[in-house]
Amino acid sequence: MNSRSTIPLLFERSRKGRKAFDLPPIDVPKTEHPIPAGLTGGEPPLPELSEVEVVRHYTALARRNFGVDDGFYPLGSCTMKYNPKINEEMPSLFEDIHPLCDFETAQGALDMMLGLEKALCEITGMDKFTLQPAAGAHGELTGLMMIKAYHEANNQHERNIMIVPDSAHGTNPASAAMAGFKVLEIKSAPDGGVDLEALKAAVNEKTAGLMLTNPSTLGLFESNIKEIAQIVHGAGGLLYYDGANLNAIMGIVRPGDMGFDVMHLNLHKTFSTPHGGGGPGAGPVGVKKGLMPYLPKPVLAEKDGKAFFDYERTMSIGKVKSFYGNFDVLVKAYAYILSLGGEGLREASENAVLNANYIQKKLSGTYHIEHDRLCMHECVITPGELSKYGIHTLDIAKALIDRGFHPPTIYFPLIVKEAMMIEPTETESRETLDAFVDAMLEIAEIAKADPEALHAAPVTTPVGRPDDVAAARKPVVRWEENE
Amino acid sequence: MRSYVPNTEPERQAMLKEIGLSETEELFSDIPRNLRLSRPLDLDKGKSEIEVRRIFKAFAENCESSMPVFRGAGAYRHYIPSVVPKLSMHSAFYTAYTPYQPEMSQGMLQAIFEYQTLICQLTGMDASNASVYDGATAAAESMLMARDIKRRRKILYSAGLHPDVQETLKTYARFAGMQAVSVPLFKDGLTDREALVKELKDSAGFILPVPNFYGLIENQAEIADLVHEQDGLLISYLNPISLGLLKRPGDSGADIAIGEGQPLGMPLSYGGPYLGFMACKAKFTRNLPGRISGETTDADGNRAYVLTLQAREQHIRRDKAASNICSNQMLCAITASIYLAVMGPGGLREAAVQSTQKAHYLAEKISSVKGMRLRYPNTPFFNEFVVDSDRDAKKIDKLVKDRGLIGGLPLSYANKGDNGILYCVTEMNSKSEMDTLISALEVSK
Amino acid sequence: MTPNDRKYTKEHEWVKINGSIAEIGITDHAQQALGDIVFVELPNIDDTVSAGDSAAVVESVKAVSNIYTAAEGRIVEVNESLDERPELLNENPYENFIFKVEFTKVDENALISAEEYDAFVESEA
Repeated sequence: MNSRSTIPLLFERSRKGRKAFDLPPIDVPKTEHPIPAGLTGGEPPLPELSEVEVVRHYTALARRNFGVDDGFYPLGSCTMKYNPKINEEMPSLFEDIHPLCDFETAQGALDMMLGLEKALCEITGMDKFTLQPAAGAHGELTGLMMIKAYHEANNQHERNIMIVPDSAHGTNPASAAMAGFKVLEIKSAPDGGVDLEALKAAVNEKTAGLMLTNPSTLGLFESNIKEIAQIVHGAGGLLYYDGANLNAIMGIVRPGDMGFDVMHLNLHKTFSTPHGGGGPGAGPVGVKKGLMPYLPKPVLAEKDGKAFFDYERTMSIGKVKSFYGNFDVLVKAYAYILSLGGEGLREASENAVLNANYIQKKLSGTYHIEHDRLCMHECVITPGELSKYGIHTLDIAKALIDRGFHPPTIYFPLIVKEAMMIEPTETESRETLDAFVDAMLEIAEIAKADPEALHAAPVTTPVGRPDDVAAARKPVVRWEENE
Repeated sequence: MRSYVPNTEPERQAMLKEIGLSETEELFSDIPRNLRLSRPLDLDKGKSEIEVRRIFKAFAENCESSMPVFRGAGAYRHYIPSVVPKLSMHSAFYTAYTPYQPEMSQGMLQAIFEYQTLICQLTGMDASNASVYDGATAAAESMLMARDIKRRRKILYSAGLHPDVQETLKTYARFAGMQAVSVPLFKDGLTDREALVKELKDSAGFILPVPNFYGLIENQAEIADLVHEQDGLLISYLNPISLGLLKRPGDSGADIAIGEGQPLGMPLSYGGPYLGFMACKAKFTRNLPGRISGETTDADGNRAYVLTLQAREQHIRRDKAASNICSNQMLCAITASIYLAVMGPGGLREAAVQSTQKAHYLAEKISSVKGMRLRYPNTPFFNEFVVDSDRDAKKIDKLVKDRGLIGGLPLSYANKGDNGILYCVTEMNSKSEMDTLISALEVSK
Repeated sequence: MTPNDRKYTKEHEWVKINGSIAEIGITDHAQQALGDIVFVELPNIDDTVSAGDSAAVVESVKAVSNIYTAAEGRIVEVNESLDERPELLNENPYENFIFKVEFTKVDENALISAEEYDAFVESEA
């Protein structure tokens, strides 16, 4: 059976004169030439389609895509948990609120944001949040700008070095550079954690701070976090918490209690809001009291029982985007927090960690477990012995696709060669985990018996492995008429 | 309490046992005891769907959102055809992650490729990325692009840029060690060209809003010539609906086209999620930040799509990357694509023409109200205009609201002490709404 | 075989000196480690570079590598054929330079012989 197929582009479906739009006739007297001819242009050369063609086109595209609703999606560091449906319905209640209406008019929306902010403070142990950042990386940038502003306000202009472990997400060093820091990468200890000696050697009077993900990108909890905090604080630096892996620890331990000064959350990871094929997300940033003056403008506040945005903030870093944040995403996350409550959040984390350890246990013996001890919400494995049959992580990933699973995150963290980072999340049943494990074990058998078969994978998808070298050498990034 | 965990308690116990543990707490033995939270989280008990619905309904009822709106200022209420949200909310789109595994993400990758093409068609550019967070961050990213292309650390922007966009630019510039300089407006509300020319030397580029915050339409071609004479880049900041009617930036000499894509099928939603779009001429493609979908083939020659030019991005280039962006606004980009596919060239033109015509009708009506006058009576405008009057703008706002309308934006939002009001009209505003607004304004005091 | 007519760096570049001009490229080991090269970001002619600067960037699909210069001076020539055919660095790394520097100074301490380079690659493996 040949599963390969292509479907035409919107532009190839276009036929002159077709239309799908429908607007009422204009009901005001006409102004002749309101805009001088030199400033106007012709109709933009968009495709012309009927409504049913547009519907069929996007329905066909959806069939060629895989989401959490389609099946298991154990993408490490991404927390692809189930996206509850009620959450998707709530934002429409607010869809007609203009962002620049007066506070009175938007009181309910502001109250919702206050409620969310308060809940996030409790979950993380921070003192105040801004809901403005649109994504995790945007939150990192915001938090790091605040660290810079803090040092500058304290006349510590020379503090321009941000320490980042080599196991960090790529956004960490990239955000630090954008915030105007020099990045100092430190090597991880053999156990995957921060090397305390290396950290001690790295800090000095130029240290602005340390960015840390805890649990780390290896899925391991940094047990020395108190010592790490002491070293960094002792040198006059601040501690930044990358909240990408918070799903492991809700209700169990809080970044604010570990000694972190500023952090971001990924509402689209931990708090179940959907990833939308890459976004929108939301990256609220939480701070301890000392950093509150630097929060981006405006800051949500309350006076006499009325919520409002406070723009009068002289120490603020300024705005980091238009208006107040990805509001819809905030609504969905708050609906999730209200649904689960404190106990439910803890239950989610417990089961996320349970599921990851279950998979790790079942795969050990066949695959190489990078750090053979209990993991948190994700585990990192490699092909291990299978490498000698010429099998790479990429082959295993593609073979998983043929078995109906989205592959784990591959080739990350960078410090583990041939890494596969598996994050099952709490919303998967034991049968699903077992089926995944069975698929992994079957792939390992095939790797030994018939490695060529794996090189050909995937065979069940609309296309085979795309030629990404050709795509990058001669980029074609838009359709052109004469194709 | 709502739980989305499928495994029952006995199943969890069985799994624990397989791992070799006897209780859940042991899973967390790596976390020092003295760090752990010794109490339950101080949050309400979990709630059923019925209760959650009630809570959000109460929040919504504490907002007055059903009123007709004459306010734009960066967020526009245009008609959203029913097809648009229906299709974009297909679960295979919204519950997917970034298409890192191309074979099982061809739908998303093709949708991005189509989005990129639509944005290019709209702006007259050669390449587009897959989106950034919003218009303001698009402006900030374009500033960094210009810095890298021209190797200059000064950027100019028009004082007619949306105030939030200006604020965001300034924040990014401060930390990037760049100098962001505002070019004032001339008395006609358009860029003061003399001031622009003075500042242009050694500038990486100029960010020009078209139309600007006050609704006024700049002549991009003439400004482009001035900017290019000093070897800078012209970055046009656009309202995409206006491109149904106005000359495209790519046809007017602009090098980079950016803007807020919200009007393309996204509701107001109290400010987000919206859509930052970014497009450019071919020679700057590799300077675009964020994800880009590219066309290629698989081993059998089937047409296929992949994320391409990834070596520009943070996950590979780390601290040397031009931008830190990872998550973007993909679903909003798909929404915009569906909107553009439904509207087509004729529909986008019609929405732009109706918005222009109705705005001009309202402008004329308001300027005939006693004591009210247009601030820029001789400058061409799209669908927004500024009205000055002898009465207090905040009081007028209140009066209009009492008549069941959200009126124009008091301009003290943008400039302290500015008593003007910025009105906006789209195809959504009927003549009868406008007549109600006029009668509210005519009420003396 | 690693050619003997030039020097090498521990960053896997080769440096070939002709009078006052230093040609700089990447080694066979470097191109193998990077995989299919898709783009070379060339410096501008007349750029001045200091020893240890990253003067060019070589990209494969999933990796980037900075090309440092051991020669201090002014860029006088770049290999423009790499714009169209970056794969030349895969096919023939020692025949395709990336840029040429008219140098005022060369960081001799950073340069090693072909034999030393081979031993270094061996030791890194």
